[in-house]
Amino acid sequence: MTAQALIHFPKKARRGEVIEIRTMISHPMETGFRRTQQGEPIPRNIITAFVCRYNDVEVFRADLFPALTANPFLAFHTVAAESGTLTFTWTGDDGFRAEERAKIEVG
Amino acid sequence: MDDGAAAMRSRGMTRRGMLMAGLAALPAGAALTVIVRPAAATPEAMQEAIRRITGGAPLRRGRVRLEIPPLSENGNSVACAVAVDSPMTAADHVKAIHVVTEKNPQPNVIGVHLGPRAGRARIATRLRLSDTQTVTAIAALSDGSFWAESANVIVTMGACLEDAL
Repeated sequence: MTAQALIHFPKKARRGEVIEIRTMISHPMETGFRRTQQGEPIPRNIITAFVCRYNDVEVFRADLFPALTANPFLAFHTVAAESGTLTFTWTGDDGFRAEERAKIEVG
Repeated sequence: MDDGAAAMRSRGMTRRGMLMAGLAALPAGAALTVIVRPAAATPEAMQEAIRRITGGAPLRRGRVRLEIPPLSENGNSVACAVAVDSPMTAADHVKAIHVVTEKNPQPNVIGVHLGPRAGRARIATRLRLSDTQTVTAIAALSDGSFWAESANVIVTMGACLEDAL
């Protein structure tokens, strides 16, 4: 399953500047609390974890629960320490895994 | 066959025909799923979730700002931001931020882990609320203290009703 991810942050920043990173990924976030008309439980299918790495160092991690919306949105901050790559990883039920990378230039 | 049904048939309508026409007029989604309200988490379940987060340490009021609208028409997507007053230095920073609810089927909403590299202790997300209830944000600080703020959110249409539309 391929999921589309949207990631927004300033591609250029001053050293030491605090930047906001906004992320959103396409995912149904099926809660596991719903049933079909036949009364069969609809199995849970959610993203359970999100990790942001800055040049392979973890700077932010989140545990997600069914109470987040479909296509979960998450905004957080990090210090623009050096030029390099930000890696975003989402993992979840049924072996779900999505990874995105983006460059940042720090002057 | 009674006289009424015979009269309807003479107008090109049967009771069965009318029933089927009525069903067809329902939105497609309504026929596919029924609403079953799951056992809601209780305020006690929220207290238990808070105990798991804090390990029994006291929750102090202040330092945490929970930004959430006081009234939400649609519980399927409620914008929520949590900001914590912290210098975010190696010696004094926020280690984690948790959001819990009182009446959702499960109390936990999100838990994030951060550190001095975050620069600023503020997160934003969107959550589902099944009902009018209290939402609590908890911050775990590097000195071992826990700070919290709660807000009551009135929800006109809960998230669990999404398929009734």
